[in-house]
Amino acid sequence: MNAQIARLFGLIVVLFGLLVVFTTRWTVIDKSKLDNNTLNRLTLIQELKIRRGRILADDGTVLAKSVPAAGGTWNRTYPTGSLFAQAVGYSNLAQGQAAGLELSDGAYTRGLQTGLNSVFGQLTPHRVGDDVHTTLDPKAQQVAVQGLAGQAGSVVAIDPRTGAVKVMYSNPSYDNNKFNVNAPGTTTFNRATQAGYPPGSTFKVLTATAGIDSGQYTPSSTVNGNSPVTISGVPLSNDNNQSWGNVDLTTALTYSINTVWAQVAEHLGRGTMTDYMKRFGFYSKPPLDYPPNELNVSRPHGPNGKAYPPASHNEDIGRIGIGQGGLLVTPLQMAMVAAAVANGGKLMVPHMTARVVNSDGVTVKRINPSVYNQVMKRSTAQQLAQMMTKVVEEGTGTAAQLGGISVAGKTGTASIGAPGSNLTQPWFIGFAPVDNPKVAVAVTVDKSQGGFGGTVAAPIAKSVIQTLLSEGQ
Amino acid sequence: MSARNRELIALIPASLLVTAGFAGVFIQRSNALSNISLTYGAIFLGLCLVGHIVIRMTLPNADPYMFPLVAALASFGIVMIYRINPTLARQQAQWFVLGLILFAATIIFFRDYRKLERYRYTIVLISLGLLILPRVPGVGYQANGAYLGVRIPGLFVFQPAEFAKIGLVIFLASYLRDTRQVLVTGGRRILGVTIPPIKHFGPIVVIWGLAMGIMVLLSDMGSSLMFYGGLLAVLYVATGRLSFVVIGLLAFVLGAWYLGTHIPHVHARVEDWLHPFNPHLYNRTLGSYQLANGVFAQAAGGMFGQGFGQAVITLPGGGFLLPAPQTDMIYAVITSELGLFGAAAVLIVYLLFIARGFKAAVLSRDSFSTLLATGLTAVFAIQVFVIVGGVTRVIPLTGVTLPFISYGGSSIIANLVLLALLLLISDRARRPAR
Repeated sequence: MNAQIARLFGLIVVLFGLLVVFTTRWTVIDKSKLDNNTLNRLTLIQELKIRRGRILADDGTVLAKSVPAAGGTWNRTYPTGSLFAQAVGYSNLAQGQAAGLELSDGAYTRGLQTGLNSVFGQLTPHRVGDDVHTTLDPKAQQVAVQGLAGQAGSVVAIDPRTGAVKVMYSNPSYDNNKFNVNAPGTTTFNRATQAGYPPGSTFKVLTATAGIDSGQYTPSSTVNGNSPVTISGVPLSNDNNQSWGNVDLTTALTYSINTVWAQVAEHLGRGTMTDYMKRFGFYSKPPLDYPPNELNVSRPHGPNGKAYPPASHNEDIGRIGIGQGGLLVTPLQMAMVAAAVANGGKLMVPHMTARVVNSDGVTVKRINPSVYNQVMKRSTAQQLAQMMTKVVEEGTGTAAQLGGISVAGKTGTASIGAPGSNLTQPWFIGFAPVDNPKVAVAVTVDKSQGGFGGTVAAPIAKSVIQTLLSEGQ
Repeated sequence: MSARNRELIALIPASLLVTAGFAGVFIQRSNALSNISLTYGAIFLGLCLVGHIVIRMTLPNADPYMFPLVAALASFGIVMIYRINPTLARQQAQWFVLGLILFAATIIFFRDYRKLERYRYTIVLISLGLLILPRVPGVGYQANGAYLGVRIPGLFVFQPAEFAKIGLVIFLASYLRDTRQVLVTGGRRILGVTIPPIKHFGPIVVIWGLAMGIMVLLSDMGSSLMFYGGLLAVLYVATGRLSFVVIGLLAFVLGAWYLGTHIPHVHARVEDWLHPFNPHLYNRTLGSYQLANGVFAQAAGGMFGQGFGQAVITLPGGGFLLPAPQTDMIYAVITSELGLFGAAAVLIVYLLFIARGFKAAVLSRDSFSTLLATGLTAVFAIQVFVIVGGVTRVIPLTGVTLPFISYGGSSIIANLVLLALLLLISDRARRPAR
């Protein structure tokens, strides 16, 4: 019987070998496939147990933090609530819902960015994420909220030298502590990055850039400013149908003469205009550290609401040149236009994340300023700055004047709604101080009852610029 | 060195293991080393010493490695259970004490275990009665669709299959000692294979009927496979007829296939086994949720494991991510925390114990002892294979325990009795000839 026992043992050894083979299959061969299986909640549960880092404003104000919850997990709370709800967003891992910086900086707040950290994370019972320090400025943000005074709209302020986003506010906002409660009069929709508004006359800054930088115009080139003129077969008038005769471009910008800029845009043609739009970042998602699905692309659209392909022959380039003709932009994009002019034509990549600091206080990542594009020649930028200074000094933007500090800007008032309706989209874009710009802003108000950029938007821009400059920006 | 001194020395690694294991769990829990871990280690070492002294006094010639191997498995098990649920670990330790009492009792009362042969029909009837018990209204109950347990209200809960397996092996070893000669002689050779006379297929038909009966009545594939495999192993060793094994396996596969497609609970288990990640099966009641999460837990372990206490067993909001972690799924928890290498080490310890069991069978001088040792060892080995194979998806998952490691009083007591019988056989086999 001993031979049979030996064979029986041999069989059992083979069967146990099979167990080891299958264990190897799950632990080694198929490991990553199983780890990523949609039914596998282990990664999620482990992430729920990470004490994620805080999100902080530039003055140290806590914008997001973790508080203990059931079963060793953590919940997120947002002490500043609606003030920074759009920028900071929200995150609920268990429900797989996240937005804003909470989503785009999730890897930092979970502390996953360095190998060293994850090795030590294995040794400590409670994993702790990293703090994200942002560029956001609570005081100026609060001023933006007060400036909008309940009107729907958006304010974006950027440091043109670095691309640091100081203010990003969209009204109405919402309480991101209760993001999934659709309270009346609140919305998670971020007008600053997700909206598409006609930019109106603020776009003339871009048309002027294209005209001057391409060498076809100078600030003193004269164009006939009579009204109306026929653009794309349809008459276009100035405000109050005023005829200006031959005027130079500086005057045309100062008083926002539609017929001049429409002719300039038509003369430059779709190719040149599209080229300069692309240089400023139109036709692509803004390079902001923000979730891509919360970033809208600024570009012309057809009457059916569909985006035109670049330089489409269906475009009414004359009307696009004055910020109409189906052109839809985000406030963020218009702030980038102002910032590019302010920084000598060099457009910096806009960003809200400044640095990532781990739980030991060590800065593990610093977001250094980087150049998005040299949009125009330095000389063009200087000429444009002078033209825009005139707008604030004696033109449509006088409401943005700051005593003692020169401000450059451009107003815009796009007609929206049905023809004959009184609804407007007032705008102001600008920067200050002109000789050494430290702040660039874009302000817009949604569906104003006949308000003008110079009267509705410019004062808000002024107070935001004033606040940021007084803080030593 | 005498066998008993070797046994005593071999117990040291087991006690170190339990101390280190508890220390590991305590460090993970409270981030500080507590002297309670040393207390636990000391208590366990004391229990092992008691077992050792019983063996030293009664079975001086018994195999010196079996008891230390079991001590290593049990100490490892109690650490794993402690890590899952400290209350259960305390209960498991109590079961271990009770098991050691029955272990000692078995050794003392069945010192001449061959007298068991005299009661073989009583034993087989009691065993079959035990197996039916879970279907008896009032005491039997159903768990996860199978009839596995007996509950005497207010007293205790136990799993009769754990005890029945020993009784059935005793019966078959005794029965075959008498009849194996008859089963071997005679028969015709067809194509070089000796086919025994039809009437000698009697035992195999009975065993087959038993296995199928368990599947039909109790919906319990795991026990069915455990009994059938164990008894077929004894039949093969007794007769040396491979034809029994081949025909027996074919008959089992056919029967299992028929029942697997006709008994809803068995069929569901087969479907879960084949498609554990099918969302429909995953989300259905008693579906593949447990098996799929067991596989995920193993994957999380990787080669070296996540470390003691790191496997995610419960959901943050309450409830189990990995149901039955201390019983059915304990191998998945081990793999998750100690990785492929830790799991393979556990399997090797089992193989070493199985090797010692077969060694006792080989050394035995009478065929009853040989067949009994073979049967007990084979049933033990197949039980390990059935549950680990179920968790690793070699075969459909069924609820049997991982001997000495899983939580469960019936399991630990029955397997300590099984160990006592193996030591008795070993002691007789290794006794110097006078």
